[in-house]
Amino acid sequence: MGEIYFDNSSTTKVCRESAEKVAEMLTENYGNPSSLHTLGFRAERAMEAAREKVAAVLSARTDEVFFTSGGTESNNMALFGAAESGAKRGRHIVSTMVEHPSVLKVMKRLEQKGFSVTYIRPDANGEISAEQVSSAVRPDTVLVSMMLVNNEVGSIMPAAAAAAAIKAKKAPALLHVDAVQAFGKLPFSPAKLGADLMSVSSHKIHGPKGSGALYIKKGVHIAPLTYGGGQEKDVRPGTESTPLIAGFGAAAGALPDIREEYAAMAELNGYCREKLLGIGGITINSPGDALPYILNFSMEGVRAETMLHFLSQKEIYVSSGSACSKGRKSHVLTAMGLDGRRIDSSLRLSFSRFNTKGEVDVFTDTLKEGLSHISHM
Amino acid sequence: MREIILIKLGEMVLKGLNRKGFDSVLRKNIARRLKAAGRFDIREAQSTIYITPAEGEAADMDAACGIISKIFGLASFTRACEVEKDLSAIMAASETYLGAELSQAATFKVECKRSDKRFPLKSPEICAQVGGFLLSKFHGLKVDVENPDFTVYVEIRDFAAYVHGTALRGAGGIPVGTGGKACVLISGGIDSPVAAWMMAKRGVELTAVHFASPPYTSERAEQKAVDLLRRVGRYAGSMTMYTVPFAKIQEEIKEKCPQDIYTVIMRRFMMKAAQAIALKEGCSALVTGESLGQVASQTIQAIACTNAAAGIPVLRPLIGMDKIDIINIANKIDTYELSILPYEDCCTIFTPKHPRTRPVLKYVLKAEEALDCGVLLEDCLSHVKTTKIYPDV
Repeated sequence: MGEIYFDNSSTTKVCRESAEKVAEMLTENYGNPSSLHTLGFRAERAMEAAREKVAAVLSARTDEVFFTSGGTESNNMALFGAAESGAKRGRHIVSTMVEHPSVLKVMKRLEQKGFSVTYIRPDANGEISAEQVSSAVRPDTVLVSMMLVNNEVGSIMPAAAAAAAIKAKKAPALLHVDAVQAFGKLPFSPAKLGADLMSVSSHKIHGPKGSGALYIKKGVHIAPLTYGGGQEKDVRPGTESTPLIAGFGAAAGALPDIREEYAAMAELNGYCREKLLGIGGITINSPGDALPYILNFSMEGVRAETMLHFLSQKEIYVSSGSACSKGRKSHVLTAMGLDGRRIDSSLRLSFSRFNTKGEVDVFTDTLKEGLSHISHM
Repeated sequence: MREIILIKLGEMVLKGLNRKGFDSVLRKNIARRLKAAGRFDIREAQSTIYITPAEGEAADMDAACGIISKIFGLASFTRACEVEKDLSAIMAASETYLGAELSQAATFKVECKRSDKRFPLKSPEICAQVGGFLLSKFHGLKVDVENPDFTVYVEIRDFAAYVHGTALRGAGGIPVGTGGKACVLISGGIDSPVAAWMMAKRGVELTAVHFASPPYTSERAEQKAVDLLRRVGRYAGSMTMYTVPFAKIQEEIKEKCPQDIYTVIMRRFMMKAAQAIALKEGCSALVTGESLGQVASQTIQAIACTNAAAGIPVLRPLIGMDKIDIINIANKIDTYELSILPYEDCCTIFTPKHPRTRPVLKYVLKAEEALDCGVLLEDCLSHVKTTKIYPDV
């Protein structure tokens, strides 16, 4: 058996459709979409085709999709842009303690700039309730930012409740949803959730790295971070990376039916959970109703990094909740209130449509082998 | 007029009959290291080494100076302008070549050394003539022979005349390769690269041993050791790193020996493994980054236990240094930032919470009886991997 890749929430292998598209854009359809000539026109068409595909997955209009360099840039654009636009109406922001660093560090910066941020703490399962959200939103809240799926444990966040709370409190807030881990995996649309802004990324859905998008609801205006030549309606100027954008579009177009895939993943996840629990000494950290693409667990007494390297020697690739005894512990598991040893021994499996039950079997066998070979903490 | 580098030798000029050997090693070191900056002619005369860009070659003089500043055995060096031995040529050179420095300075003086006594003017006369000329060219510039902002040096030598500013301090020490060969135990921490650098400074050619403990340590930890040695290599030159797989030994010690002397026993194994490699490599000593009292395994009693495992001398250049002084050197040689990258290394895994600070050799030896030391050592030594390390600049 070849390598087993269970680290798809970090990044994914680019699918064939996307790789071919990128190559075509690099070598044949290489024009600048702003150029007036035929090559420019063709590049523009390829880019617009990609926009349609991404918009289709989001059930959004094409003029609501703005291409960026990825999730981090989308988050930064959305948060700084919305905060700047909303500053006249209020200085309060709501977010959670389990957001991605590209949200949390922006929040820290906004705090320095005079905003006050309420961070909602998750429960021991990594989940946040609709009530928590509705009590955090105030009449002077100008921005609510919440991920749709947590990247470390897979918990699904009540983004729709945030939209309802904003309405109920008559707050002037925009709702930003970081949907990087949910995009293409969960059936949702920004319109149904009530989101004004939504971040998505290409390399989590088998597209190339360096590409992503920010959904901006029609009629919503945010201040841009960068200024330039008018591309992406001046929200994100700069010559578009057409190979990566088209590759993103191709990956979005190649996504299988989201509901069918969800069911298949739920089965794979359930199978894996069962096998893990059969080993003994293993605790599942992901909630029962988490996105089935993500499965986080802890091992009794074995340091996660050691197990990670052990598995890596056997060409099985997973991710760990903490890097090293000197490194930082996962802020998500810490916010969930897990004790230090459980965090130090936590591994995250993240699946893709290319994974199989056979791979889960090899993984659990190898894990068992590791547990008996590796010296315990 | 062309630019050259003049090098003054360090303490090796104090050597007696061995001087010749030191000279030839140093010239070889300079030649080898300078290859990275272009092609140069290197010759020596009158206790000075002359580095000249090879005829018709574009050489990177900035890079050459960077390299030369890190070669041990040099007291000082300077970039200089070479001109014919003619007063008007010397004057013109001092105006153009040192123009930038002179226009920044408020006061200056001229110093002259005339080793070619056939030159018609004597040193004080040359100083007066060149100084007068510069005064007429740079308005507002004044002479101050006591404490000038800038000094113009004129050297009249056998082949040509040289004009230059203040010389820069060289790396000092004695040429690498004249002090024998030793094997340094490199972990990834702050201390061992500094220890390696200090021994290279005393002329020692280095071989390195790194202990890797996969899966407890990662590929990045080993890469960190490689990167650190490449930095040390800027001074010490190329070397070979031996990576010894150490997990099995550590697991055995953890399982079968008392926890509180785990580290001492582990370090004794390191000494034995490193010594085996050192002897095969023709090294006469081991080098470690131990500093007395820094951690439990570096008390005088722990070092005594560790030392007893080695037959050849163990050089510990940091033994009496404070951590802050070690860090200062690490910063100077550019290894500190790399050293503090947070990767687990073989020294930090399995460390007991309460290590014995005053281990007694008799009991350590007794505890080791639980292990099949010979087999364990042989096993790890038969899986050693070698990596060639080249300076990273």
